[in-house]
Amino acid sequence: MKIHVCVKQIPDPNTVVSKLDPNTKRLVRSGVSLVLDPGDESTISAAIKLRDTIGNSEVVAVSMGPTSAQEAMRRALAMGVDRAILVTDPALAGSDALGTARVLAAILQNEAPDLVFCSTESTDGYTGMVPGGIAEFLNLPQLTFAREINVEGAKAIIKRVTLTGYQTVECPLPTVVTIASGSFEAIYPTMKGIMGAKKKPFTQLTLADLGIDPSQVGEAGARERVAAIGKAEARAAGQVIKDDGNSAQAIADFLQRYQLL
Amino acid sequence: MPKTMWVLIEIEDGKAARSSLEVLGKAAQLGRAEAIVLGSAAAEVASTLGEYGAEKVYVHADATYDNYLTLPAVDTISMLLKQHQPALLMLATTYDLRDIAARLNVRNNMGLITDATDLTFDGDTLQVTVPWGGENVVTATLPQQGTGIVLTRPKAFGVEQFSGRTAEIETLNPSLDAESQKIKILDRVELPSEGPALEDASVIVSGGRGLGKAENFHLVEELAAALGGAAGATRAIVDAGWLPYSYQVGQTGKTVKPTLYVACGISGAIQHLAGMKGSKYIVAINKDEHAPIFSVADFGVVGDALTILPRLTQEVKRRKAH
Repeated sequence: MKIHVCVKQIPDPNTVVSKLDPNTKRLVRSGVSLVLDPGDESTISAAIKLRDTIGNSEVVAVSMGPTSAQEAMRRALAMGVDRAILVTDPALAGSDALGTARVLAAILQNEAPDLVFCSTESTDGYTGMVPGGIAEFLNLPQLTFAREINVEGAKAIIKRVTLTGYQTVECPLPTVVTIASGSFEAIYPTMKGIMGAKKKPFTQLTLADLGIDPSQVGEAGARERVAAIGKAEARAAGQVIKDDGNSAQAIADFLQRYQLL
Repeated sequence: MPKTMWVLIEIEDGKAARSSLEVLGKAAQLGRAEAIVLGSAAAEVASTLGEYGAEKVYVHADATYDNYLTLPAVDTISMLLKQHQPALLMLATTYDLRDIAARLNVRNNMGLITDATDLTFDGDTLQVTVPWGGENVVTATLPQQGTGIVLTRPKAFGVEQFSGRTAEIETLNPSLDAESQKIKILDRVELPSEGPALEDASVIVSGGRGLGKAENFHLVEELAAALGGAAGATRAIVDAGWLPYSYQVGQTGKTVKPTLYVACGISGAIQHLAGMKGSKYIVAINKDEHAPIFSVADFGVVGDALTILPRLTQEVKRRKAH
């Protein structure tokens, strides 16, 4: 079985306060620490776990991004992914969900996977619109918000998170599956994994390789426009104290002052 | 001429979901609001939508939409889009509606904006307000030609009453494609939760990475219990596997607006701030005095949540007993 995982390199959500460039109106990616999306680490781990359960299967990481995204792909390989495919092209900058889904779907079309895994949403953009878009381009069904996945014969069955519990949902293979964050513990790369990653197949493609017209992707293909970037209405600055051993009382005083106790 | 906005109404327990009614009210303020209702209870739900702002409702009462996710709804709405050209399709950000929007966007080459907190028309140009991070608000637009999709943030709008309004009902009769009946719901399980649900709680105590390890999360739960509230978590610790997805503040559908939000060991990543910034009072405890969470806190303590939380829980219990 072929399990393809769509992944993304993003500014490290644990250390970087993301900024918008007022000129390009895009996320500032230069001069900040970039990592494989932590949600994708959980998704990759789900794919690897399934591969090892089923046997005779491979996991392939797929991404589009600038040259720096090679780092994220190497991390995926070090985690245990079997091979990686990265599309890099200057024309891709500024792509929206439609453009991103178009490119990832074009790679997947050639690969003919049985399962396509995505995180439900990225940790930087969190629109959650790319996985469903990929499924639509490939004319595949989609199983979303999975916290558990099983493959039985030619069907995938998931437990799908809902606001009050879960649903059990099935569909025929091939299908797109999105993984709810936190449902699968991330695998940490071992030294052996890191060394072995260098020998694994890593394919790098351009738009021309995929036969995609540059006008359909990137800023040229994006339907949405950012007209203006303004300042958020700031909350009035509150009081900040340093803990001197009595801060529990200070917080309780605050709560009582506003009748919150 | 007023613009026409379509709103896809989600059915919950045989009724229109509150989140959908919020969007419908906003659509009615923008222009002419038309609703789409699909599912076995669609006819009953449709008849109630006038008083929430709908001037017209497209109805297809068919259980196929209840039993098979996403694709039948995408087919029917795509068919409607071939017959009519509303300015916008508006949807609440929920699990099911998000999946439908993602496919409609691609199938009909529409253009889509997520996480909107406000919409206005400046002449013919749509302007959509999208909060971005803690500091910025982006004004986004869609092309004037064709129908765009806007997903709105939960609780961005209140439910509006349009008393006396009755909606014209148009009953649809599409033949549903068997090929689209693929994503089948086998069963639904409700999980009992202790205390109030996160999205309904008036007090929320949340924990983040600053708690150090999963075993310390009980400190958050104990303060939440003492305050009569719910416990929540950041995406970072949910991603790390400390807690299930349902605890995550800022996830799909989990924008919270409690009266009191206590952030413990939370630095204040964009997504988290977006999910809780609307809280009336925010108290933050964090070791790093430069953490972004302090920029939104009404009362902040620079200190270790692990030592402060047990004392605070005790103090809250003591004062509540008096």
